[in-house]
Amino acid sequence: MYMSDFFEKSDLSRSDAESIISDTLQKCDDGELYLENSKSESILLDDNKIKNSSYSSDLGFGFRAISDEVVAYSHSNEISKNSLRQSSENLKSTLKSVKGTYNHEIPKSNKKYYENINPIEQKSLNEKIKILNEVNNYLRSKDDNIKQVTANFLGEQKSVEIIRSGGETLTDVRPLIRFNVSVMLEKNGRKETGVYGIGGRKSYDSYLKDDNWKSVCDEALRIASVNLESKPAPAGEMKVVLGPGWPAILIHEAVGHGLEGDFNRKKTSAFHNLMGQKVASEGVTIVDDGTIDNRRGSLTIDDEGTPTEKTVLIENGILKNFMQDRLNARLMKTKSTGSGRRENYRHIVLPRMRNTMMLSGSHTQDEMIKAVDKGIFAVSFGGGQVDITSGKFVFNCTEAYEIVNGKIGSPIKGATLIGDGPSILKEVSMVGNDMMMDPGIGTCGKAGQGVPVGVAQPSILINKMTVGGTKL
Amino acid sequence: MVKDQEFLEKKASYCLSLAKKLGATGSSVIVNNSVSETVNFRNKKLDESNRSDDLGINITTYIGKKKSSISSSNLLDDNLNILIEKCVETTKNTPEDEFNSLPDKDLLAKEVKDLSLYDDTHIENDQKIDYLKKLESAASNDKKIVNTESSFTQNKSNFILANSGGFCAGYKTSSFTASSVAVAKDEKSMERDYEYSSKCFLKDLDDAGELGKQAADQTIRKLSPKKIGSEKIAIIFDKRIGKGILSTFASAISSSAISRGTSFLKDKVNQKIFSDTINVLDKPDILKGLGSRNFDSEGVKTDTLKLVDQGILKHYLIDTYNGKKLNLKSNGRCGGTSNLYFENGNISFKDLLNSKSKSLYITETIGHGSNIVTGDYSVGATGFLVENGEFKYPINEITIAGNFKDMFKNITLANDLEFKYATNSPTMMIEGMVVAGK
Repeated sequence: MYMSDFFEKSDLSRSDAESIISDTLQKCDDGELYLENSKSESILLDDNKIKNSSYSSDLGFGFRAISDEVVAYSHSNEISKNSLRQSSENLKSTLKSVKGTYNHEIPKSNKKYYENINPIEQKSLNEKIKILNEVNNYLRSKDDNIKQVTANFLGEQKSVEIIRSGGETLTDVRPLIRFNVSVMLEKNGRKETGVYGIGGRKSYDSYLKDDNWKSVCDEALRIASVNLESKPAPAGEMKVVLGPGWPAILIHEAVGHGLEGDFNRKKTSAFHNLMGQKVASEGVTIVDDGTIDNRRGSLTIDDEGTPTEKTVLIENGILKNFMQDRLNARLMKTKSTGSGRRENYRHIVLPRMRNTMMLSGSHTQDEMIKAVDKGIFAVSFGGGQVDITSGKFVFNCTEAYEIVNGKIGSPIKGATLIGDGPSILKEVSMVGNDMMMDPGIGTCGKAGQGVPVGVAQPSILINKMTVGGTKL
Repeated sequence: MVKDQEFLEKKASYCLSLAKKLGATGSSVIVNNSVSETVNFRNKKLDESNRSDDLGINITTYIGKKKSSISSSNLLDDNLNILIEKCVETTKNTPEDEFNSLPDKDLLAKEVKDLSLYDDTHIENDQKIDYLKKLESAASNDKKIVNTESSFTQNKSNFILANSGGFCAGYKTSSFTASSVAVAKDEKSMERDYEYSSKCFLKDLDDAGELGKQAADQTIRKLSPKKIGSEKIAIIFDKRIGKGILSTFASAISSSAISRGTSFLKDKVNQKIFSDTINVLDKPDILKGLGSRNFDSEGVKTDTLKLVDQGILKHYLIDTYNGKKLNLKSNGRCGGTSNLYFENGNISFKDLLNSKSKSLYITETIGHGSNIVTGDYSVGATGFLVENGEFKYPINEITIAGNFKDMFKNITLANDLEFKYATNSPTMMIEGMVVAGK
């Protein structure tokens, strides 16, 4: 067992903590003590050398008290009687006179979506360094135009304990791995990069078998090579075919954020008055699923202790559900969907996405390409961003091609695509039969907090989107 | 209360001596403590309070040319013992890198000047609440405003940086930050905008009423935006966007991007990269400056650098490691720039707006569309159409694109520089960029 004992080396006993928690929260509507111990390791190869090997251990608690709409939060690195009491005083001073009824109800589940392992300890430093050097040599021997190779491992284990008023305790141990390769090519004075990575909640061995890491290298090199031949992207509105898998960050940005409970309770999301209405073309179904084994966005329980679930957001074009944490669910008179997440103990809980997926339809990618006279085919993306109030969202292509008269043409330079969240899914005219998960590399940022997430989708054809190139 | 110098120094020297005992030939350590208290309001009511007390330590150990580092938030001695032992062990197993080393002794800061970065004033939550009440009442005056969220944060920090070469220094800093985000609505649209003020000293903070009004005005004027057609048009960047272009320039001249060969500005020192009138400074000793510092994150003293002189690139931003690799001395920029800014241009804001019969004034960009390898730039944008010096109507769902190599040569600056952030630009016009819309 790798579960941390948070009270082992502290003058604070478990029963002391429980009585401070119950005393602080007795007249509040909700709240808990969240304890976290995380260990992470990063090893970076860059410029032909091991540039950095670092290890970090982080320990702390966050104490939260909620009364009606008001959230009081206090966190510290120091797990001690004095520190927890100080936090309790701080919460009480914010919430002065509270008269709520603590909601003890929290659903239970025995399901687990990843193993209780510490991936960092499963492979020695020397083994990891050896693989990184092999990655470097493999890539540099494949192509003379390679001028730079960067490869890194990130491994993490996070132990979480949630203690609620009355002493109810929920725990989770979360492994997380990421392996990333970036390649820069230079040819005739022109430089381009290609980036690819894989990851999830598994041990290093699941990702770093020989053929496994080689395919990551090949993919990064392939993208860089395509970009070396790219020409300026077009500017203006046109048809766009998105490839399967990672391009689903379109779904994440365009509709995902707008369907998070907090923005809808506050009525600041462009979707807040569209529940039950048609927001997408027929055949478009989108779910947010925290229950897929070993995925980067999966969680056994969320950061409030609620077991995660598969939440149907849009079913056959109709808006069905928002993603909820406990606070927003209570205020909107519904149930938590197990979407309450935080980056770490320093942050308050917010409703967040887990693995956001558009499900398969019946068309083939080939049909989509053939249906486009003039447009682009976008295969891979960098990042995206959304303004949830105006609904406008963007994402940046890192691999894209022009489509001319139903045929894929030359690669085009990275360009930003911009669209309108509430209307974009109504412009989806074909949904592919080739749904694919992303490789496990996504991090979503909201209110300064980054959390690991996943996305998935089949190929889709969008009738109209603005492509931000330079060629008029 | 934020931890005092004595506590942080004690922890630092404990780590240095333990690392030495365990076999490190050199080491450096940063210990910091940051205490912040935030109050958030929403629609004129208390929404959230947040107190954070963060203690952190970062240790790097060297054995000859081998290096490794650890960080932790648990500063109890027995945890430090385990971590430093692990760090030294990892160092032994990490391959050598000939450029790894502590900074040269003669480059280290010899004195710590008082740059007026710490205000001892403690503002109670009740006072923060008073400020936010005034702010939110000004922000929600207009009926079109349907949601306001505002926040007030007091932060006090202290740190010590020490290394086995004898360097040991640190100082307290403070910041007081107020911000307001408003949402406005009409029949056709819903829009969001914000205003923000951050200062080292409480008494310098913007007036609450002014800040709230500013946030509301900036939001309301965005309502009922239009989308325009695709064309080549002069772009005017609001100061809050112009500073981002300056930050991209800073990343492109960082010695790490230069030494790795991954910047479009590699080998451009002493070459013209901007138009003649452009000067860029990085000035670390501005009193109360949001980016002011006495030394960089390795302890190397930071002097003012004129990075760009009449359009010519004069310096990279150099740290010890990449400096050795490039055969250049560190200029105290490990961790980036301090107070970075474009010097004022020659014309007023009004004349800049008037200089073209038609232009686009950009107030917000979204997306991560800056590529420092190729210099390509493409982002989503919102703003206003400007005709003959007048704001005509708001615009959204467009992108703007170009390449920094060309954009830098086509910059015209107004003379309205102010020091609102650590990186600052006057209002900036760039000609020759492409807008993609309808």
